[in-house]
Amino acid sequence: MSQYDFPDARGHFGPFGGVYVAETLMAALDELKAEYARAKADPAFWQEFNYELKHFVGRPSPVYHAKRWSELLGGAQVYLKREDLNHTGAHKINNAIGQALLARRMGKKRVIAETGAGQHGVATATVAARYGMECVVYMGAEDIKRQAPNVFRMKLLGATVVPVESGSKTLKDALNEAMRDWVTNIDSTFYILGTAAGPHPYPMLVRDFVSVIGEEAKVQMPEMIGRQPDVVMACVGGGSNAIGTFYPYIDVPGVRLLGVEPAGDGLETGRHAAPLASNAPVGVLHGSRSYLMQDENGQIIETHSISAGLDYPGVGPEHSWLKDSGRADYVAVTDAEALAAFHDCCRLEGIIPALESSHALAQAVKLAPTMAKDQAILVTLSGRGDKDINTVAGLMGLTL
Amino acid sequence: MNRIAATFARLKAAGEKAMIPFITAGDPHPNLTVDLMHGLVDGGADIIELGIPFSDPMADGPVIQRASERALVHKVGLRDVLAMVKTFRQSNQTTPVVLMGYLNPVHVIGYPQFARLAADAGVDGVLTVDCPPEEAVELSAALEAVNLDPVFLIAPTTPEARVREIARLARGYVYYVSLKGVTGAGNLDIGDVARKIAALRQFIEVPIGVGFGIRDAETTRAIAGTADAVVVGSRLVQEIESATPETAREQLTRLVATLKAATR
Repeated sequence: MSQYDFPDARGHFGPFGGVYVAETLMAALDELKAEYARAKADPAFWQEFNYELKHFVGRPSPVYHAKRWSELLGGAQVYLKREDLNHTGAHKINNAIGQALLARRMGKKRVIAETGAGQHGVATATVAARYGMECVVYMGAEDIKRQAPNVFRMKLLGATVVPVESGSKTLKDALNEAMRDWVTNIDSTFYILGTAAGPHPYPMLVRDFVSVIGEEAKVQMPEMIGRQPDVVMACVGGGSNAIGTFYPYIDVPGVRLLGVEPAGDGLETGRHAAPLASNAPVGVLHGSRSYLMQDENGQIIETHSISAGLDYPGVGPEHSWLKDSGRADYVAVTDAEALAAFHDCCRLEGIIPALESSHALAQAVKLAPTMAKDQAILVTLSGRGDKDINTVAGLMGLTL
Repeated sequence: MNRIAATFARLKAAGEKAMIPFITAGDPHPNLTVDLMHGLVDGGADIIELGIPFSDPMADGPVIQRASERALVHKVGLRDVLAMVKTFRQSNQTTPVVLMGYLNPVHVIGYPQFARLAADAGVDGVLTVDCPPEEAVELSAALEAVNLDPVFLIAPTTPEARVREIARLARGYVYYVSLKGVTGAGNLDIGDVARKIAALRQFIEVPIGVGFGIRDAETTRAIAGTADAVVVGSRLVQEIESATPETAREQLTRLVATLKAATR
């Protein structure tokens, strides 16, 4: 395989990606691209980024051998990359710090973000507090109900949380509203986009900041087992923790990359949020061209997932490219399968995983028994599940 | 000469500016749209911008978002919009119709196919809000192949180098976004717009229309003092919201007439 070198200068990953935004945003995206190019070449920028990751986030996050679970599954050994142990409880903080440092370089005093499960919102509120910036987070009204603890967390951190009542009142609508804020306050405001989607340069920026996951794992796995894992897996909504895990492994031969999307009630029911696994048509939304759940008129379909963080009709353009190029595979697991894996992880390993991450765990449950005992699966445990306890209790018929 | 060029030539000869009303196709009901278009012409509309409903109108304020939602209740798709234009053309062969919307409904049909269907329906120009010139190469080529005008936006944030590039690609007219914000916003600065238009004239040969935040005859007159065309959208959509299906056409005609008077 020739060296992987995407995106191109205009943000394309093969036929995917690009810059599909209204003219008012174009100059700001060009500025961001130029500033990131300067930051990327500036050792002081990375020095500060790495300092923050070590001392504020608590990196490196460990790789953990889920021994009891692996034994029970009776096949491949399952290892968990513990992003749930990061400060704020998920991988989102890595990206939020990177973008906040860029915002500071650009002299922006106000940051905005969209959030689904609230993890990116919490991460953004956290870094805004840390760097003394004003912070506004857009969150779908439906998600605010599902993720009350994270909403309160953001408020504690000094952020304003704006409920979004338009459309399906979930992540995609929060993104629409964040874009509307940005276009209105373009001079003062930096948009900290939370996933590896959106217009160029965001998919590249987010990937680069979150790639610390895969970079660390690439060192940690040989330390633990003397080699790289056979399969590397992560859940995919917009796809930031997955691309952060996959990217450093793209050029490593023999490592299978497997993204796990939310099948909701089942791909066959249409009530899911799995554009890649369901072979949705390619379309344009939120600034880039990618696989996209839409009807025959090109209207975006309302998606469903038990997990607010994966409940998104599109996917980051680089995942579309990895799918088409054959370098990564994408499958989907249902709400029920994810929930079963959630409970197993709690009881067998003493870890409460996020419902998002539980999708990747559920696929490991399916895959491990089909593999040999001396094989290894690395699953990125993208976040912890404390935020989900109300949802899970509700599904069990309990009120907390 | 196509209908858009002919319209601007006629207005120039008459010493007038163009009044361009915007409504969303299918709002409040798909059965009313063609009638409302004729009502706009009765009021003096020189060009009609017809919105393609979209589920995620990121560049629009709440008023036009609601118009899209009302149309989508009736599942109005781009093919339906083209059918409306075709019906409109049966009794009006002179007023240009420019489709305005987001890229995905066009993308899903495919650019060459869409361009053929649009030309066949009697569309004159297409403005896709989320498709800047960088990404518009294929769509523009498909449109120009059937003699349709790709209409581009210019924003207050657009630097000179981009203005030059847009000037090179623009056909029909360019649409200057009068403010930083979404459609229907309330922070229009007329003096600033006048300065920007004067600066744009150095590079742009096609007529310059101005839209976003223009709500009444007074602002229309002020903008028409420097621009070649004035686009009014949210204010008309609000008029539709306040009307009944029986009164909507008449109310639009009356409102457009007051706006058109301000462009003479």
